Amino acid sequence: MVLEFRPQGIYCPAGDFFIDPWRPVDRALITHGHADHARWGHGAYLATHAAGPVMRHRLGDITLDGIGYGETRRIGGADVSFHPAGHVPGSAQIRVEVGGEVWVVSGDYKTAPDRLSEPFEPVACHSFITECTFGLPVFTWTPEADAAQQINTWWAENAAQGKFSLLGAYSLGKAQRVLSLLDPSIGPILTHGAVENTNAVLRAQGLVLPDTIHVTPDLAAKDHPGALVLAPPSALGSTWARRFRPASTGFASGWMRLRGVRRRRAVDRGFVISDHADWPGLLEAIKSTGAENVYATHGYTDIFARYLNEKGYHAQVVPTEFTGESLDATDEDDAA
Amino acid sequence: MKRFTALYTTLDQTTKTNTKVAALAEYFATAPDDDKLWTVALFSGRRPRRAITTTKLREWAAERAGIPLWLFEESYPIVGDLSETIALVLPPPARDHDESLTGWITRLRALDRADEPARRAAILDAWDQMQPHERLVFNKLLTGGFRIGISRKLMTRALARATGRDEAELAHRLMGDWTPDTTSWERLIEAPDASADLSRPYPFCLAYGLDETPPEKLGPPEDWMAEWKWDGIRGQLIRRGGEHFVWSRGEELMTDRFPELARARDHLPDGIVIDGEIVAWDGAAPLPFNDLQKRIGRKTVPKKLLKDAPVIVLAYDLLEENGQDLRETPFHTRRAKLDALLKDLPPEAPLRPSPQLSFTSWDALAETRAGAREARAEGLMLKRRASPYHAGRKKGDWWKWKLDPLTIDAVMIYAQQGHGRRANLFTDFTFAVRAGNDLVPFTKAYSGLTDAEFRKITSWVRKNTLQRFGPVRQVKPEHVFEIAFEGIHESPRHKSGVALRFPRMKRWRHDKPVDEANTLDDLHEMLAQYG
Repeated sequence: MVLEFRPQGIYCPAGDFFIDPWRPVDRALITHGHADHARWGHGAYLATHAAGPVMRHRLGDITLDGIGYGETRRIGGADVSFHPAGHVPGSAQIRVEVGGEVWVVSGDYKTAPDRLSEPFEPVACHSFITECTFGLPVFTWTPEADAAQQINTWWAENAAQGKFSLLGAYSLGKAQRVLSLLDPSIGPILTHGAVENTNAVLRAQGLVLPDTIHVTPDLAAKDHPGALVLAPPSALGSTWARRFRPASTGFASGWMRLRGVRRRRAVDRGFVISDHADWPGLLEAIKSTGAENVYATHGYTDIFARYLNEKGYHAQVVPTEFTGESLDATDEDDAA
Repeated sequence: MKRFTALYTTLDQTTKTNTKVAALAEYFATAPDDDKLWTVALFSGRRPRRAITTTKLREWAAERAGIPLWLFEESYPIVGDLSETIALVLPPPARDHDESLTGWITRLRALDRADEPARRAAILDAWDQMQPHERLVFNKLLTGGFRIGISRKLMTRALARATGRDEAELAHRLMGDWTPDTTSWERLIEAPDASADLSRPYPFCLAYGLDETPPEKLGPPEDWMAEWKWDGIRGQLIRRGGEHFVWSRGEELMTDRFPELARARDHLPDGIVIDGEIVAWDGAAPLPFNDLQKRIGRKTVPKKLLKDAPVIVLAYDLLEENGQDLRETPFHTRRAKLDALLKDLPPEAPLRPSPQLSFTSWDALAETRAGAREARAEGLMLKRRASPYHAGRKKGDWWKWKLDPLTIDAVMIYAQQGHGRRANLFTDFTFAVRAGNDLVPFTKAYSGLTDAEFRKITSWVRKNTLQRFGPVRQVKPEHVFEIAFEGIHESPRHKSGVALRFPRMKRWRHDKPVDEANTLDDLHEMLAQYG
């Protein structure tokens, strides 16, 4: 096998490396900087040049080597290359070839383009290890422009009523994507430190984002009437958020497609914006790899694999220690 | 339909009462009369008859979505709502429509007479004209569930704001046996109220729980009257125009379910409305709720049940006498009138006054309360002597002072995901007590934990599933919960031999290992003592 599944994560025996391992290993290839993929404690890291700065920012002093998209590198007996996944800026699928057999690890991916991430590119392979966070037919995304309009309309209405718009979005990727959709003529945009720090890293890489104002402890909310406040979801109900009153609250995530999830979050508005492929996106991506073997991970794996088998693929569930079904992870800073 | 969908979406999106009332009031001020009438009907549980089974809806939706039925069925528990699942799997609409709410309901009702291919065609055609939000509402019309946290009180408040009418009067108008076919917006809401409907009950006056508040806080005991809080069905017995009607507190007309109450006609004059508790009666005291429950689901009652569990009304309030509304009269006066009305009734009459419990101090009353279980009551009701009969729930004049619940420490053995707001969370659990080395299931419980605790137990369940039976997961017997309940009865249908009343999770006993949970013997001891 080109790749196998070990307790530490996905392993390549020919190259003696792991991909996105969840336990410390000597050598890790990382698809992108989200915390459930880029973990702390590995001996050496390899990631795309574009993913590097965020990983350094988050993981501190690590031994990190960079690689360009499409560049092939020989590691032991394996040829590896990284290809755009369209998930967040810098995110990659990892292609591994050993003796003519090709496997691709998708990491997290999104097939529809956005304004910031390098657009997803299908990579031909024999075996495809795919995420399936939203691997159910109830998840289909509407065009990004619809969500942009909904958010801006909501913001403008709140501003007109003298309310702040408090919007939760994961600080790496989703927050910047939301920023790219905002109409800055409506009002000022304030950011939580976690979002602003990531903004700074990405701006330094050349990403263009609208102007934002970092919410520091001495910032007076009343000086910024009608502002949209962008914060990680965990900050939404915290004392930090209390200075912005009155406020309407919102949350940007693919999970907002489900009313039950939105109601449980107790936010006023849910905006369906996801950094993951929807159901048609997943099926299309799998088809375009030409893979015969598909391994489903991260998500509704049992259901998704069963469906793929009916469709004629040889599909299996990746045995994983990462037991949280994805909805659990919505409280963390990275998922969905 | 678009206006109604917008209303539904707004109501569904907010938890703020003011926003809900404002959205409803705006709707009632602007929508066409027919749609308003249907809206009031739908939000008060009066829905059109279900023309199509949900099985068919699932099949058609899966077919239209081009997915196998099993995949639809797997998606449903994750979404947590059937109407929503259908709305989400369907492909985007091919065209638009401008039919009204009433228009769609009329079309749906016409399907009653159609054959299956015609029904299928009509439903697929409807779905194909609607955006997901609208489909959701349409499917709710089809499947008949509009539970979106619109209480009667909230709706009447919005109606009052939109029409400028008195809230209590509107609440009364909305009671009773109407449907959109038997009335109009004009008659229901706006016409001078002729009280044309003989059967119309009054809005029930509801009490708050005393919970942690000590009764001393209520002021001098002489301002209060006390009676047992019975564990039956709260109801109004109406005697008007030579007929009688029985309404439950859930506003269900239950006259035919309790034929023995017809004899009340022989004992009561016309123009009477009594508020009381319907209980199964053994001749001297109420039977457990369990016995009454056997009769609730039945439209016609077999003779044996009539004999084994005859019902009576334990009357505690008089709302109307000689056709006069007494609700503004102080409670002690209403009660005196009630006692006078019932004092000479023969023992075979199917109603009797619920006794007043005299007391001179709160301490003395607390002692009386301690004896509630022996009296087959679940606690006390406290009513302010001078209080009117309020419409709905109003704090201050009526209080429930229930007994502390019984409790038992039990082991969680099965878990199942919830619905709606609780979809994707494991919230429905089965609990067991120990019997030697075995665990014997004895109750389910769904409520009592915080959202944070549900999240915690959910992630635990996912990692500790031993076996799956469809949606049910057998989990490692590792966690002990304190289960609180109001009563315990013998039940041959259950493996444990008992059934609990109102079981819920009182506490997650992190401190207790499984081998310190209670035993089947403990449970049977409780049955012997309290059953």
